[in-house]
Amino acid sequence: MVTNVTSFGRSGLYDWLVQRITAVILAVYFVTLFGYLLLNPDLDYQQWQKLFSATWMRIASLMALMALCAHAWIGMWTISTDYLTSDMLGGKATVIRFFFQTACVVLMFIYLVWGIQILWGI
Amino acid sequence: MVLDVLELLKRKDPSITYRRSCREGVCGSDGMNINGTNGLACITPVSSVVKSGGKLVIRPLPGLPVVRDLVVDMTVFYKQFEKIQPFLINNTPAPAIERLQSPEDREKLDGLYECILCACCSTNCPSFWWNPEKFIGPAGLLQAYRFLADSRDTAINERLANLEDPFSVFRCRGIMNCVAVCPKGLNPTRAIGHIRSMLLQRAT
Ligand code: SF4
Ligand code: SF4
Ligand code: FES
Repeated sequence: MVTNVTSFGRSGLYDWLVQRITAVILAVYFVTLFGYLLLNPDLDYQQWQKLFSATWMRIASLMALMALCAHAWIGMWTISTDYLTSDMLGGKATVIRFFFQTACVVLMFIYLVWGIQILWGI
Repeated sequence: MVLDVLELLKRKDPSITYRRSCREGVCGSDGMNINGTNGLACITPVSSVVKSGGKLVIRPLPGLPVVRDLVVDMTVFYKQFEKIQPFLINNTPAPAIERLQSPEDREKLDGLYECILCACCSTNCPSFWWNPEKFIGPAGLLQAYRFLADSRDTAINERLANLEDPFSVFRCRGIMNCVAVCPKGLNPTRAIGHIRSMLLQRAT
């Protein structure tokens, strides 16, 4: 067993499952939103605002936002452990990888809080 | 066959080095990269890889350290094979005769036991190139499933526990490069899928 402490759930199975579930959530959310735009070609601000202030839409949007953060974290972590390795970058790899991973987490957290602020500010 | 070309070259220049033994696709020693695709030189007809008037380019298997010419250092490949404990584990008392298997249970091992460990698949897998020390690779995982699927093995739980981390199995991205090159026509991607479902079943 290969040990690792920086992955999302520390288990490959858990990460894999989260990646799949969040992908489905994102797909459903964005396809639905896209369908809504297609069905309402002359959408105005009032209607758009009403849609996003509905409780169910806030739940859906928050769920999609959280799914996006988890999905992106697992993806970025995977990329960093594929390419930012000592085979690729030599001795400094661990420092670079850890810095990259930390930057990703911080960025994801900022987006999450910011996103919540936007959703509840409507 | 490509191997005959190599033999011819070796007769001209005895310093040319490559591995081969059975010269009929059984031993798995002469895995190499032939015109960009991994395969066994002994069963790859020159006509199947070279268009008329084209070139024949032979390289060592990609991703492993080259020892000399076409000979690569396969230590890490065997290390991954060793990790999956490629032997039957059964802690029940041994019967006086062999441990028997029903024909149906035996059939489950078809498409798995035939692997000759030529390393064509693992050295064609980008995930193995990036993490050869951590990702078991298609060859090792095919064998891992060969023992997981064996009705006589009693260590399923321990075997699965060793595969659950983010690297051993889950580095497989389903690119299927392994399936494309296996000279034995085996399907490591499918075996990896079975391992994943076994892990999922055990954990949910
Ligand atoms: S399917 Fe998986 S094991 Fe096979 S080549 Fe692709 S990543 Fe490697
Ligand atoms: S699965 Fe196929 S390509 Fe891979 S080591 Fe076995 S025989 Fe070779
Ligand atoms: S020489 Fe044995 S497989 Fe080619």
